[in-house]
Amino acid sequence: MSRKTIILFSGEFDKVMAAFVIANGAAAMDDEVTMFFTFWGLNALRKDAHVPTSGKSTLQKMFGAMMPRGPKKLGLSHMNFAGVGPKLMAKAMRDENVMSLPELIATAREQGIKFVACTMSMDVMGLHKEELLDGIEYAGVASYLGDADESNVNLFI
Amino acid sequence: MSAQTEELKALTGTTTVVDARGTSCPGPILAAKKAIGSVPVGGVMEVLATDSGTLKDLPAWAKKMGHDFLGNYEDSGYLRLFLKKLK
Repeated sequence: MSRKTIILFSGEFDKVMAAFVIANGAAAMDDEVTMFFTFWGLNALRKDAHVPTSGKSTLQKMFGAMMPRGPKKLGLSHMNFAGVGPKLMAKAMRDENVMSLPELIATAREQGIKFVACTMSMDVMGLHKEELLDGIEYAGVASYLGDADESNVNLFI
Repeated sequence: MSAQTEELKALTGTTTVVDARGTSCPGPILAAKKAIGSVPVGGVMEVLATDSGTLKDLPAWAKKMGHDFLGNYEDSGYLRLFLKKLK
């Protein structure tokens, strides 16, 4: 068994999709997979529903309101067309029977892929644990590098 | 029809069939991974797929997992891919 590590820095739908396809493929090949979510990538872990929180600064509240809540709200890196692009892409994917992003995320969890949220970017953006998927891990760069040391493929997406 | 196709066809009825038709990457290998546990060691698993990438992906998956990819043939509008579970 070998290990794969993926840093998901980006929050665009297409890039998040690519990360989860690779992660699921690796897990299906019996690899141990760690996905480290940082900066915009954290938005892929946000719950769909608004989660009431307290103790956020004005700036953090603004981040929270403006950033997409979860995989269904992410924009495209190209041809976003003010939000129409993702809907067209979702239709194209349905037509081709490609798994949806929420399905890929659920499958990743079923396959035991380790999700790690970067606590530093959570602090910066004011994202609280209760706003992200339950049952994930929280850590920083050293924890990620520890996993990367034992990995034979490392991607920054 | 090649000799290999004849041999694969002769396996009909003895295999564990996994229907991944209609799914796209990574669907077929996810389906293979899910089903391999129910295949006895030494048994043959047959994956049905419509995604042509599976022709490359399933042999790669089998190699990584330590199973023996036996080959494939095209049925009416889809692929039948065979592998033998070695461990």
